[in-house]
Amino acid sequence: MSRQSLAKAHQKIQELAWEPQYHEPYMKYGTDYTFRKAAKKDPLKQVLRSYFPMQEEKDHRVYGASDGAIRGNMFRQVQERWLEWQKLFLSIIPLPEVSAARSMPMLFHVVPNPELHNGQAIQMIDEVRHSTIQQNLKRLYMNNYIDPAGFNNSLRNFQSDYCGTIGRQFAEGFITGDAITAASIYLTIVAETAFTNTLFVAMPAEAAANGDYLLPTVFHSVQSDESRHISNGYATLLMALSDEDNRQLLERDLRYAWWNNHRVVDAAIGTFIEYGTKDRRKDRESYAEMWRRWIYDDYYRAYLVPLEKYGLVIPHDLIEESWKQIWEKGYVHEVAQFFATGWLANYWRIDAMTDDDFEWFEYKYPGWYDKYGKWWENYSRLAKPNGHNPIVFEDVDYVYPARCWVCMVPCLVREDMVTAEVDGQHRTYCHEVCRWTDVEAFRPTYQGRETPNMGRLVGKREWETLYHGWNWADVVSDMGFVRDDGKTMTAQPHLDLDPKKMWTLDHMRRCPPLQSPNVLFNEMNDAERAAYVADYNRQGPAGRPAPSSA
Amino acid sequence: MTTTERPERSVPKPVFTDAEAGAREFPDSGASARRYNYYKPAKRKQTHYEDVTVDVQPDPRHYLSQGWIYGFADGSAGYPLTWTKLKAWGVDRPDPERFPGSGGKGYEWPAHGWHEFRDPNEEWELTFYRYNANVVRQVNQNIENARNSKAFEQWTPNWIQFVERNVGAWMHIEHILGLYVFAACNRSGPTNMHNTAMAVNSMHKIRFAQDLALYNLTLTEEIDGFDGTAHLDAWNNDPEWQGVRKVCEAITAVDDDWGESIFAANVVFEPLLGELFRSQLVMQAAAGNGDFVTPTVMGAAEFDFAQRDLRWTQACFGPLTQDKEFAQHNKDLMQGWLRNWVPQAIEAARTLQPIWSLPDAKPPRFEDSLDRAKSRFAGILTDLGLEAPKELNQ
Repeated sequence: MSRQSLAKAHQKIQELAWEPQYHEPYMKYGTDYTFRKAAKKDPLKQVLRSYFPMQEEKDHRVYGASDGAIRGNMFRQVQERWLEWQKLFLSIIPLPEVSAARSMPMLFHVVPNPELHNGQAIQMIDEVRHSTIQQNLKRLYMNNYIDPAGFNNSLRNFQSDYCGTIGRQFAEGFITGDAITAASIYLTIVAETAFTNTLFVAMPAEAAANGDYLLPTVFHSVQSDESRHISNGYATLLMALSDEDNRQLLERDLRYAWWNNHRVVDAAIGTFIEYGTKDRRKDRESYAEMWRRWIYDDYYRAYLVPLEKYGLVIPHDLIEESWKQIWEKGYVHEVAQFFATGWLANYWRIDAMTDDDFEWFEYKYPGWYDKYGKWWENYSRLAKPNGHNPIVFEDVDYVYPARCWVCMVPCLVREDMVTAEVDGQHRTYCHEVCRWTDVEAFRPTYQGRETPNMGRLVGKREWETLYHGWNWADVVSDMGFVRDDGKTMTAQPHLDLDPKKMWTLDHMRRCPPLQSPNVLFNEMNDAERAAYVADYNRQGPAGRPAPSSA
Repeated sequence: MTTTERPERSVPKPVFTDAEAGAREFPDSGASARRYNYYKPAKRKQTHYEDVTVDVQPDPRHYLSQGWIYGFADGSAGYPLTWTKLKAWGVDRPDPERFPGSGGKGYEWPAHGWHEFRDPNEEWELTFYRYNANVVRQVNQNIENARNSKAFEQWTPNWIQFVERNVGAWMHIEHILGLYVFAACNRSGPTNMHNTAMAVNSMHKIRFAQDLALYNLTLTEEIDGFDGTAHLDAWNNDPEWQGVRKVCEAITAVDDDWGESIFAANVVFEPLLGELFRSQLVMQAAAGNGDFVTPTVMGAAEFDFAQRDLRWTQACFGPLTQDKEFAQHNKDLMQGWLRNWVPQAIEAARTLQPIWSLPDAKPPRFEDSLDRAKSRFAGILTDLGLEAPKELNQ
């Protein structure tokens, strides 16, 4: 390697900074933020001369471990319960990664600091690395794990699945709308700085406990890049803070980004860690404990709160509310129950909880069994086809929930559900903050201020709408979640691969048609809607119907 | 020595699960189910590169049943195909309509012609880091070896000045094209294959810009009187460089068309100005002036363009002139781009001409160098199915 010091080399490449003389670059992306007083150093001090060999060395380690896993028959000791959830996770994650790469040019355009562009360009190619290395990991699972179904068509499945849009926010949120809102606040300040801790550190630890040491190998390698990205975000945030006009927007964006990340990431990763594991040692951390350590202490108290002195308005109330959702309102448990309720609309197999699991949940979350135990016993009872329908159609004290229009996780903490009529449509929201996001934040004016660059919520945001009135066999066929015999479903509510124990399209054919809660909600008159909401708010926990008022 | 008994450590216990491929037979357990089945490979067999890149960026025309869920203020979302005026077959078909009970199916793969593009370099992270790590190692070793053997002592004063000003000035061009053209466009392409190729291309450029900057730093340390800041003066003030700078900056200012940006950079600028300077001047002149090092630094970048960046560019634009639906549209468009960019490039080349006479040991004549560049450029156009514009004769 060169004898030149990194600091000297980095100083030298600052001479590359460009001041346009004849043509200003085309400004494709906009922001409502201003950077009039901003000047900030590139915190990365990375030069490509050392970056490429460093990344190559990291690759050597990752691919060496992959080779070793195959030669050492790692899959003989991998827990199927765990690997099945990876069919969902590894469908989701390559898209956010590559979207993060795509978002970096948005920052070149709006952050007037050529020194930072160097770090952003390196982040761009890091993210291409993450996306392809994760696609490669999924490919390895597909080739070597007992059941390739779900891995083999994951990028089609994820785009049509009933929970795909939940994960997709963690990608589209990076690349559209106001460039700073998307690529800086949502992506680097919140998603990467706060939530990659649970994604790329906590979850791989759980993978290892379930016999899979490849996920930690790949994702810790990914996480070693994240620390650089966090520095990019921090530098941009400090630049934004130096202009007082930005503070209102920063407050808005931190609220939106924090809450959306909490809704999306805690839903998915919380479920994987708590319901995808077989490791029920009492001294292993629960998701709530991990969250308290990684997000509450390390991010909120150590990173976010110190920024208050620079004028950043911290959403203390939302951080406490998120904790309350996880600890008191059973957010993760409600989400896991929803995923399992709708197993037939998925493309992976979901294992039932057993007595060992019950004991662990009760120890970690006192009162868990009274809320969720009976339902999971019913899930076990109804797991294999035996003349009954899938659990969603059976009487197990569960009301199929309405979707949240914003985060697209259903409104599972029933008492929190609120509604609004927007653009001629009645919408349901899982929480007041999601209603605020739609009705106030993602609008061309915010608190009287013009915000012409703010993004829009678009698309068909309730999956059930597309299949309203359809027979379930047709729904599953339309999504393509069928195995190569043409009838056995990819998804199963158990892990038994005996074909006689597996659900098929024939079983689906006899189920009642799919009904969209949002379509039905819009078909109601105002009085019916009010009654529906009043009843909904009295439902739960665990999706239980509202107690009769008699 | 005494031993103290430790409490049993709490660790997860390995469990034999027999969850490896082939352990049981059931629907989808066979070898045929062990491949990504949501796309059709370009050739008979799916490549590793295709598996890790194809369709990671979704498209509502085939699989994205609920459509894009976040949009810009104007309502556009995802990766609009209108972000270039180029067209591939099928792009005028509307997005599949979604409504209550519509179902979620889109058009059959590939839905439109953009999805047929594959990077012939098959770049993904593994190949990309290997390649670039090898390049920086080789460049560093060459420079280090030259330093150890006191090779810079053989340089003539004129050549030292040539390198500090003119080779130095080139770093700015690579940096601008890398960051503000190729990296900037990696948000705009219609598929993951396009955007990944652009990202990789951008890093070649940014790396080379830094290679030149750090080489410049070494020369500052090794050669008495070598002015490490002279490149800034040349870039900002030398009239010879202002033409190239003007074209380079103009490419960053292309009005919302990633296709034109990449075309202008890799089809026009690189052969007519990049290779003209790197291959036809610096690499020809250096040896005669006692310099065997600079051509190796330049040569690494020349290989980037000639063997990799041009390859993907040809694979991207070539099929569009043969497109089953829009061949003529694309040809007309690209010929228009040529009429716009070629005269700018030729004018910039001629503005650069005086530097051909600076070295003591003269390189080939400027006109001969330019003829070679034009000839190479004409060959590239023929490969793309385009015609050399009359402006090339200027």
